[in-house]
Amino acid sequence: MSTGIGARVKRKEDKRFTTGKGKYTDDIRNDNQAYAAFVRSTHAHANIKGIDASAALAMDGVIEVLDGHQLTGDGIGNIICGWAVTSKDGSPMNMGAWSALATSKARYVGDAIAVVIAETQAQARIAAEAVVVDYEELPAIAHVMKAMAEDAPNIHENAPGNLIYDWELGDEALADAGLASATHITTLDLTNNRLSPNPMEPRVAIATYDDAEEHYTLHTTSQNPHVARLLLSAFYQVAPENKLRVIAPDVGGGFGAKIYVYPEEITCLWASMRTNRSIKWTSDRSEAFLTDAHGRDHVTTAKMGFDDNHKIVGFKVDTVANLGAYMSLFSSSVPTYLYATLLSGQYNIQNLHCNVRTYYTNTVPVDAYRGAGRPEATYVMERMMETAARELDMDPAELRRINFIQTFPHQTPMLMAYDAGDFPKILEMAQDAADIAGFAARKTEAAGRGKLRGIGYSTFIEACGLAPSQAAGSLGAGVGLWESAEVRVNPVGSIEILTGSHSHGQGHETTFAQIVADRFDIPIESVSIVHGDTDKVQFGMGTYGSRSAPVGMSAVVKAMDKVEAKVKKIAAHTLEAAEEDIVIEGGQVKVAGTDKAMGWHEVGLAAYIAHNLPEGMEPGLKETAFFDPVNFSFPSGAFICEVEVDPDTGVTEIIKFTAADDFGTIINPMIVEGQVHGGVTQGIGQALLEQVVYDDDGQLLTGSYMDYTMPRAADIPFFDVSHHETPSPNNPLGVKGCGEAGAIGSPPAVINAITDAIGNNNLAMPATPQAVWRAIQATKSVAAE
Amino acid sequence: MTTVNMTVNGKAVSGNIPDNTLLSEFLRENLRLTGTHIGCDTSQCGACVVHINGMPVKSCSTLAVSLDGAEVLTIEGLTKGGKDAELHPMQVAFNDNHGLQCGFCTPGMIMTGIDMVKRYKAEGKDLTSDAIRAELEGNICRCTGYHNIVKSIEDAATKM
Ligand code: FES
Ligand code: FES
Repeated sequence: MSTGIGARVKRKEDKRFTTGKGKYTDDIRNDNQAYAAFVRSTHAHANIKGIDASAALAMDGVIEVLDGHQLTGDGIGNIICGWAVTSKDGSPMNMGAWSALATSKARYVGDAIAVVIAETQAQARIAAEAVVVDYEELPAIAHVMKAMAEDAPNIHENAPGNLIYDWELGDEALADAGLASATHITTLDLTNNRLSPNPMEPRVAIATYDDAEEHYTLHTTSQNPHVARLLLSAFYQVAPENKLRVIAPDVGGGFGAKIYVYPEEITCLWASMRTNRSIKWTSDRSEAFLTDAHGRDHVTTAKMGFDDNHKIVGFKVDTVANLGAYMSLFSSSVPTYLYATLLSGQYNIQNLHCNVRTYYTNTVPVDAYRGAGRPEATYVMERMMETAARELDMDPAELRRINFIQTFPHQTPMLMAYDAGDFPKILEMAQDAADIAGFAARKTEAAGRGKLRGIGYSTFIEACGLAPSQAAGSLGAGVGLWESAEVRVNPVGSIEILTGSHSHGQGHETTFAQIVADRFDIPIESVSIVHGDTDKVQFGMGTYGSRSAPVGMSAVVKAMDKVEAKVKKIAAHTLEAAEEDIVIEGGQVKVAGTDKAMGWHEVGLAAYIAHNLPEGMEPGLKETAFFDPVNFSFPSGAFICEVEVDPDTGVTEIIKFTAADDFGTIINPMIVEGQVHGGVTQGIGQALLEQVVYDDDGQLLTGSYMDYTMPRAADIPFFDVSHHETPSPNNPLGVKGCGEAGAIGSPPAVINAITDAIGNNNLAMPATPQAVWRAIQATKSVAAE
Repeated sequence: MTTVNMTVNGKAVSGNIPDNTLLSEFLRENLRLTGTHIGCDTSQCGACVVHINGMPVKSCSTLAVSLDGAEVLTIEGLTKGGKDAELHPMQVAFNDNHGLQCGFCTPGMIMTGIDMVKRYKAEGKDLTSDAIRAELEGNICRCTGYHNIVKSIEDAATKM
């Protein structure tokens, strides 16, 4: 069976996970282990007048209690946002100071104020309860629309009116003129509900200081250990990079929440040095809800104008986004460069403008969560299209088709140059798979049972493969977004791939091995993947933004190009043939058209024995490469959701969910389909179930799985997933990235389907039974009037 | 502190532990069987499911000292271990059907899956995909969208 590109290879990593032998961070326990527990603010907004740790210090097993004054006193730097967004008046964004342990003021419930170090976790937690913080309570803001009020309390001194930036993209005059010329205008007010990412493995940090070497090791649940090391060294001043090793072993899901360096990692590293103990902190789920960066939380008004031919002639979007109490690492880029840039969707729109204002509130920081900005853009776009089709009394697929971009590359007015796609084709595939032709009959049949059937579309595009470094830099990114790889061919011909990408569920140990087995025609068993350790892998930007295939694998391909060139030189020399005549196939390196050949392993051995290498060639067979993409990649998809609503209870059942995607070249369809299943499920969660709720005082009401509704097996259907491959011209494999599509495309498909079923377009996410039932009642009372 | 004796994965073990020690802690910290995972603090996620005297139990909600004399089976006990040890059909099915991504929920899913297959077989009931979804009520997975977990359990049911 083929194990190359396109094969459904079963995962190499599964055995350790199915036998309980996975090595997650919390499974590690060092000698000399001590445990950290954090003292967290119980108020959303309060001045800290004093901290009394005396009772805690006297408790059993307590080693130390440390606070923010000691932390800043030791020179530990503030946590930063790494993407500078400039307001439209030219002023820089207002980044408020964020100390890993708050010194004078707490700004959200859960803000870390002090840390207790004790011999056991239980002792640390009990003692943390005994630390007395003297608070002076301040009025708090939980909702973004309240942050901008005249009399709103000020959260950061340097952010008057709590405004972080007021930013725009596109041409407002053009968009206004387009709307003025329109014969039909659709307007919608939309909320993108606030979510908690909830990887099933909570965050963990184990920091170990070695006093003899003045060296630190951090085991942590990170999607990008090198980025963590860079931040901890260059910005937070914990230790110089050569004295800090960051290891992210098996990580139990990320979804964005594990991109960032949080206060806990910084504090544990510093506390390890202060106490000369290895310090372990394991988040529980309640702490995860309180402190893991949340996602989404936008409020938007959008206006779209159409001409007589139903072409879009103008589109204006005004968005307000909640960034929480502090600016997290990528928080500024999510509602701007990852959002507004995708507001052209799959459509040819020339007159487009988007304004975005972001505000501080007394809530946990908001940052990238699976899709990051693109789900919000897709939700706006696709709710608009469906609504417009209803207002124009048109088939929603037809309205989309009329406006589809047909030729590539396509430059939008929102910075993006789409690489490749075939939007009509994937829409047609989805329509066939969803049996659109049979829908009317199904609706009638459901009506006979007293049920309301509805169908909803979402045709979407996303920018993945973050990101061309220069372009990202010109837009304010603080780092380059390339990836690195090293290909080590051992003397016996087996291969180790060291990659800066990080796998936390994506199956890299299989897919990365597939591209190597494919290239050198060797058994996949002889390829191993090494990742997640800054001492082993030279550098890397990590995994997020569906970048591991388009950027991470491309770096591997580049390094393999170099290996191949050297292999051919060695073989040509040994076999006394011309380099151009050498081919690699079937585990051999051959002279084409002859029976002269060396085994793949013999070339490896020759390179290391080095008795007979071409003149001037260095021994060894190991190459490294950095790949910096020339452009983003642009996966696209067409999703169709069919629902049945019970009008008596408001309960929605998803009858069928169809996903047709264009991810470019597919390495392993089994894994790609799994990514779609998981992504769509998170999108269905957003559409039907999930919502972070703070009360008006900034207390988190959804702090556990008893209150925050996670999608469970019975909430979710089987999926119909298909693919159409238009390879991306922007990377050597033609891949586009598949990790986020499901979460990006699905929420509007679900809401479009429910609003179709109930005949009321006024329905916000999450469409809980109560919300749906109320929307049905509202339609009834309108009908009765 | 109380002394507790039990059989875990066929081996007699004992510990002198604080009375409030959860079975999940006893397994992970005292016995260093870290395949049993902790995903929540409200007994909602099922990452910690083990079998006690043949019944599936959330080990995060069970006090270890209450289990004196009990037989406990964890994910590590499903196979003998060693290079060529045969895996349990449920473990094989999860690999065959891509029933896991990050693997964090997987031990709980497998232990729950094995129990439901056994129970339905014993009762002579048909384990339909709808039944599997209903039976997974206490297990959360954030990665797979359940599609392939349901397929895995369906597949294993034909082989167990
Ligand atoms: S850890 Fe036991 S149910 Fe979540
Ligand atoms: S595989 Fe990651 S939580 Fe289920």
